[in-house]
Amino acid sequence: MSETVADTATPPRATARPRRGLRRQWPWLTVLAVALVIPWLFYDWTTGRHSGFIVAMLSQIGMMVIFALSYNMLMGQAGLLSFGHAVLFGLGAYCTAHVVTFSKAGGFPLPLELTPLAGGLGGLLSAIALGYFATKQRATAFAMITLGIGELITACALMFQTFFGGEGGVSTNRMTGHSLFGLGYSGSIQVYYLIVAWTAIAIALMLLLTRTPLGRMANACRDNFERAQFVGYDPRMVRFLQFALSGFFAGIAGALYTLTYEIVTFDTVAASMSANALLMTYIGGVGVFAGPVVGAVLIVLLQSWVSLLSNSWLVYAGVLFILMVTFAPGGLAGLVLMHAPIRRAGRLRRLAGPYLRLAVPSLLVVLGFVLAVELCSFLTIGAAQGKSLTVHGLTIDPHHATPWVVAALLLGPGGLWLRRAVRRFGAAWAAVSDEVKTAGGRP
Amino acid sequence: MTAPALRLTAVQKSFGPTAVIMGVSLDVAAGTRHAIIGPNGAGKTTLFNLISGRFPLTAGQIALHGRRIDGLAPHQITRLGLSRSFQVTSIFSRMSVLENIRCGLLWSRGYRYSFWHLLARERALNEAAERLLADVNLEARRDVPAGLLSYAEQRALEIGVTIAGGADTILLDEPTAGMSRSEADHAVALIRRITAGKTLVMVEHDMSVVFDLADVVTVLVYGQVIASGPPAEIRANRAVQHAYLGTPAETGVA
Amino acid sequence: MEVVLVSLLNGLVYGMLLFMLASGLTLIFSMMGVLNFAHASMYMLGAYFAYSVSRLIGFWPALVIAPLLCGALGAVIEMYALRRVHKNGHIAELLFTVGLAFIIEKAVQMAWGLLPVPYRVPPVLDRALFHIYGSNFHAYRAFMLLVSVAMFVAIWLLLTRTRIGLVIQAALTHPEMVSALGHNVPRVFTIVFAGGSLLAGLAGVIGGNYLVTEPSMAATMGPIVFVVVVFGGLGSLAGCFIASLIMGLVQTFAVVVDVSFADLLARLGITVTSSTPLAEVLTIPLPRVGALLPYLMLILVLLVKPRGLMGTRDT
Repeated sequence: MSETVADTATPPRATARPRRGLRRQWPWLTVLAVALVIPWLFYDWTTGRHSGFIVAMLSQIGMMVIFALSYNMLMGQAGLLSFGHAVLFGLGAYCTAHVVTFSKAGGFPLPLELTPLAGGLGGLLSAIALGYFATKQRATAFAMITLGIGELITACALMFQTFFGGEGGVSTNRMTGHSLFGLGYSGSIQVYYLIVAWTAIAIALMLLLTRTPLGRMANACRDNFERAQFVGYDPRMVRFLQFALSGFFAGIAGALYTLTYEIVTFDTVAASMSANALLMTYIGGVGVFAGPVVGAVLIVLLQSWVSLLSNSWLVYAGVLFILMVTFAPGGLAGLVLMHAPIRRAGRLRRLAGPYLRLAVPSLLVVLGFVLAVELCSFLTIGAAQGKSLTVHGLTIDPHHATPWVVAALLLGPGGLWLRRAVRRFGAAWAAVSDEVKTAGGRP
Repeated sequence: MTAPALRLTAVQKSFGPTAVIMGVSLDVAAGTRHAIIGPNGAGKTTLFNLISGRFPLTAGQIALHGRRIDGLAPHQITRLGLSRSFQVTSIFSRMSVLENIRCGLLWSRGYRYSFWHLLARERALNEAAERLLADVNLEARRDVPAGLLSYAEQRALEIGVTIAGGADTILLDEPTAGMSRSEADHAVALIRRITAGKTLVMVEHDMSVVFDLADVVTVLVYGQVIASGPPAEIRANRAVQHAYLGTPAETGVA
Repeated sequence: MEVVLVSLLNGLVYGMLLFMLASGLTLIFSMMGVLNFAHASMYMLGAYFAYSVSRLIGFWPALVIAPLLCGALGAVIEMYALRRVHKNGHIAELLFTVGLAFIIEKAVQMAWGLLPVPYRVPPVLDRALFHIYGSNFHAYRAFMLLVSVAMFVAIWLLLTRTRIGLVIQAALTHPEMVSALGHNVPRVFTIVFAGGSLLAGLAGVIGGNYLVTEPSMAATMGPIVFVVVVFGGLGSLAGCFIASLIMGLVQTFAVVVDVSFADLLARLGITVTSSTPLAEVLTIPLPRVGALLPYLMLILVLLVKPRGLMGTRDT
């Protein structure tokens, strides 16, 4: 290259100076408004009752959003893959259960609104104790240590009665009679609004953390830990502090769990809960702050809705996960953000046609896959449970050949069609991207 | 006489049975520009790795301003005022150019592991980062992710991050490697400007850069120092010519 | 004394089974840098395939067919999926194998049900081979030992006597160099991955009826194999062998040694009552903690000596 650094053409400032203050956070504020209003959309005005199902699902979304965001503090921001994040969540939950019981029994009169802090403290202390060891290593070794810790704590939760309550877990009653606002928290809707408040606080704090020296150095250590050393930072210390802080927020999520369900068992620390965190965060997108939020909402929706219809929601989540890992490591949020430069150049509409042509074969393949999975599932598991596969009142017999043929047709030829459509889409995408690059700078 | 900025005493390094550095002793006086040259495989980058704490020594001592630094971790050595750049560009590829430089400034400005300072509000820090950005002529690329820069721009950023912490002893490993003539000239001017008053040690293959910048030249061949002195002396040294530079007829120098 | 000898034999058998599993994983991990979470899933598939094939044809054909199926599956996965993920980095590869393990477990549940399947030892081997101190040494255990030793010899011969084996040995310790020397590294990777999966499948065939064949067997066996691989050290099959035997013996002896911390403390004159702090932890007997030992060892090894016993490289 013959041009020097100083001769490089100046690209126009891509973004104007961001507007200061609360106004520029309008996406988050919109989400907050939606969260506040949405239970009332499902309110049964005749009986004067909230939909239990909806409130339960929304509450779960709230705590999982905090859980997934705290996991991304490790994964996306610090480059640390943890297989034991549920430990911090669950230990926060257990601590909260004991604190609430203690408070109710006449001990320290902690207002219920502040109990998530107890969970956060529990998570923080656990993260300090466990993280001291885990963060001695990085990358794969770190991941394996967290795997070991996760399994150890799960086994402890099953074995020991005093703190963990053994297999039966620890129960508590959130109606302690202590409240800052004089609320009783007998109904789930009040707990939901408490969750919304704490979710907002946690998101704000975690977002601000990304803009601090520690947050930035965590990114730096993720990108190039040697360079971080050579600007004077000890990567181990950065890892340790980031781990501790992520434990604080995971503990808050755990506390909200305790307040919602009033019982904590070993599955709050188990591998399945850690896998949940991984799933939500990765599918949502690790490279974007809001990615885990998207992932948490999606996974909880999948879990709540699809599990009503099918036993196999985990299969779908797993396949989605693998597809993301292979083809879209940036997750859903990453995919959306890829469109940003195209949108800025005003060429988004050019992709509408290609997307439509992609939609039909995709739908066929998805349908075929779901059919195949459900058929298999009902052949073995469903049969053992005495259930049968019904769609809109139409019963499908997995022992018959027809449904299998249909599934094969959808997957086989449908798959080939999809492959061609993907290739065409790829070409269209490349064409639009090239246009955007060459036109770059023009308004 | 004040202690030299950097003193290597009988430094040895072996990787398993292979000896790479075999008894190197070297003094770098404070405020001088010191070049280390030698054929490929001589151990120049290994020497840098030993000084900066990336590899442990097999034997010998290294002292920075009279204080022993062999055995210390890289981040500890950096905090003592010794900074290095890498032969293969080593920056934070997913962070913007400004963020890269800002990261280089953080520790020296006392922020440590703070998670209670909002970086956007730290005026002095940001101003210093912008100044440094201007020093390395990368203002136009301020918000670009570092991984997307051109090669020469990345080298400039590398140098920027290296000096950001205000280290007074700077090690540059082949800073002009892979650059065209004009790019290299710009880089040399940059290096001369920003290392004014500091101690500079650099590994270089480009002889014109070496003879232009350096006050002292050390020649390293097969892990041993065969000559050390002012550039003119080195150029005339028979042993150096034989091992590395070539005879006057080859270099075209009288 | 008899307990020691019997446990020694059992530990040896179990250790060789672990070696069959861990050797494949060590090869894959050392060469490709991928910690294959789905390795234990191949073990599970080997057992399930053997179960189905032995119900249709018989155990002895299953002994050949099932591992081959696993090897073929491994080759397909490596060629069409893992290779594509490779460019996204080690963590992405690891996550891919995690997702794969997940899906395989679900697929097994859907295909064979949630409960353990009655995959039995073939009747011809289902008897005592000899008596030792009053207990029987089961013939099938001898068979397992035979198969594992045969496999060990086969691997050794392959690695030291064939050209591809030499390349694999080199790539174990210096993968980048092997690539730089011009060997068809992608093909070697496929062979190693398929070979490792085949070994895991074979371990499943002979281990599935010895232990238990159920959908969670991969999740149970997985961490134990990880410990062995990490403990033995990267790049060293010999280390893997030693670690497997140690692990086998530790796990076997842990089940028979019925002591707890409280017992040890009692020897020192300290009594532990129900009101002593952490009494629960101190009175837990070792057999109950047995399942935890692999995880404890994993953490300790990674903290104290991350290179393992005879490792030549870092993770």
